[in-house]
Amino acid sequence: MNIVACVKQVPDTEAQIKVKADGTGIEEGGIKWVMNPYDEYGVEEALKLKEKLGGEVTVVSVGPARAMETIRTALAMGADKGIHIDDAALNNADAFTVASALCAAVKSLSCDVVFCGQRAIDDDSGQVGAILAELLGVPQVTMATKMELADNVAKVTKSIEGAQVVMEVQLPCVITTTKGLNEPRYASLPGIMKAKKKPVDVKTGADFGVSAELKAQVVKVLPPPARPPGKVLKADDTPEGKAAELAKALREEAKVI
Amino acid sequence: MGNGVFFVAEQRDGALRKVSFELASTARKLADALGVEACGIICGSGVSGLAADLGKYGADKVFVVDNAALEPYTTSAHTQAVATVAKDNGAVILLLAASAQGKDLSARLVGKLATGMASDCTEVRIDGGKLVATRPMYSGKCFGEVVIAGSPQMASLRPNVFTAVESGKAGAVTSVNVAIEPGKVKVLEVVKEASGKVDVTEANVIVSGGRGMKDAAGFAVLEELAGVLGGAVGASRAAVDAGWRAQSDQVGQTGKVVSPNLYIACGISGAIQHLAGMSSSKYIVAVNKDAEAPIFARADYGIVDDLFKVVPALTAECKKLVG
Ligand SMILES: Cc1cc2nc3c(=O)[nH]c(=O)nc-3n(C[C@H](O)[C@H](O)[C@H](O)COP(=O)(O)OP(=O)(O)OC[C@H]3O[C@@H](n4cnc5c(N)ncnc54)[C@H](O)[C@@H]3O)c2cc1C
Ligand SMILES: Nc1ncnc2c1ncn2[C@@H]1O[C@H](COP(=O)(O)O)[C@@H](O)[C@H]1O
Repeated sequence: MNIVACVKQVPDTEAQIKVKADGTGIEEGGIKWVMNPYDEYGVEEALKLKEKLGGEVTVVSVGPARAMETIRTALAMGADKGIHIDDAALNNADAFTVASALCAAVKSLSCDVVFCGQRAIDDDSGQVGAILAELLGVPQVTMATKMELADNVAKVTKSIEGAQVVMEVQLPCVITTTKGLNEPRYASLPGIMKAKKKPVDVKTGADFGVSAELKAQVVKVLPPPARPPGKVLKADDTPEGKAAELAKALREEAKVI
Repeated sequence: MGNGVFFVAEQRDGALRKVSFELASTARKLADALGVEACGIICGSGVSGLAADLGKYGADKVFVVDNAALEPYTTSAHTQAVATVAKDNGAVILLLAASAQGKDLSARLVGKLATGMASDCTEVRIDGGKLVATRPMYSGKCFGEVVIAGSPQMASLRPNVFTAVESGKAGAVTSVNVAIEPGKVKVLEVVKEASGKVDVTEANVIVSGGRGMKDAAGFAVLEELAGVLGGAVGASRAAVDAGWRAQSDQVGQTGKVVSPNLYIACGISGAIQHLAGMSSSKYIVAVNKDAEAPIFARADYGIVDDLFKVVPALTAECKKLVG
């Protein structure tokens, strides 16, 4: 079983995001970079499959030099090798371009299952996994919360509004992961030591015949709209008084009940 | 071959989802700005009857692909149907819902049509004849304006954000035959959650609870308030990880992104990862006994007190007003 887990390096969820004054992007200084939380579920699921069925786990990341840390984190968790596509032209590329690069990398391996996160928490686009599946010409299940694999068929569950859908998917396939699928392991100290010696291929877009021809472009980045300051309700200084004041405000001011 | 602003209406079990009307009215606005037609696409089996309703919300034309292979939903079948209709009829803009199904389908279509998409948008407009879409990035810590160089220009719209406007006229309905190749995914089972339960992503009102609820039983007071307000009950990750609520109720960075008219956070501190999921709510209420809790910085209305006293009192007050 050959498995690929796509991993993206993103700002830590706690990071403060400051928009550059000229609106061209965000200030990257002071940001702590981590593996996209959804990709941790993908790496974990890949490792579980390998432990059960044997084979090899390759992690692939498109990103600047610092993205190597995220590849090493996945290797320290237990992945076998990495491909790092480091190409300035692909930084901030759109979903189609990134998926094209990942597609070329996946095709260079022979691979049964590809994991992506359901979305990366920086651009929040949630597109790369499905585009990759289309480019590879394989089926997809997005936002998987449960997965079992037997005889080249995966049984996968996802939740939609008000229901759970259980599906059977033929391999090879792309699975995008979400919370609930598993509990990602932490890298152990010996794992971290071993990771340093595991092979990582560094490639450019050109190596894979991919150029950035952007189909979607963020033309301006803006800070969130300011919210008017809130009101703390204190009527009578009793829970009942405050509750009555709130109900009235929601009815008459906000008009939402 | 005309050209138009297309949208994919979402139906389930023979009924249109509310977001379909939001899509229809938004397509109408964009189409007016461009001076072209607003066109709906409905895919399913036995769904022709749904087309007229889309006209009422702004569609000039509705294309219906009625085929047994489209039920239940699979990515492959719906991608073939939508891509064919959009291509054959000159879609310049293609809108979908950023719902569970819409996210799955729209991203696959981006691949199939080799174009670009702005996903989970909260605003769309036409500027210089082009679509300009505004969308939250970095979990709502900033916003991006996106233009699409590919064709059609695609955008998925966050449910509950755009307004559906009834205009009263009926659209022309066209049936389209699309030959659908079998896919490699088979739906084995669709397990419905308790009937009558509204999903947090579709609710107008969400009453959400966190670690301050103390245990699973504590949520009973929230269920009651949500019942009176016709809303859904949400939860913080702390409450979900404690096993008090289902994963599908979790709001936040690793849960769902919601945009109700009213979000009532009870016993939730307001961690940045929780705010990531609910900051686009129109009104936010916080009930927390700690006046320093960060949730108050985001709340329109705050009550500093014991939620187990406030919430039942609020339920009683709302009953008087709503009931
Ligand atoms: C990668 C990552 C992803 C995450 N994703 C999410 C996510 O999707 N969603 C999410 O919610 N969190 C998420 N978190 C977790 C987040 O950081 C917080 O730990 C979590 O939101 C805290 O939940 P809480 O507010 O319920 O609990 P707490 O922070 O413990 O707050 C409980 C609050 O209840 C109040 N309280 C207690 N008793 C009462 C009472 N009787 N009356 C009134 N108030 C009372 C307390 O004053 C306190 O403010 C994520 C964290 C990480 C690192
Ligand atoms: N630059 C990248 N390198 C590797 N994987 C990526 C990259 N961008 C996106 N992905 C994968 O695709 C998923 C969805 O990303 P997105 O569509 O950008 O929200 C992520 O969780 C990753 O698994």
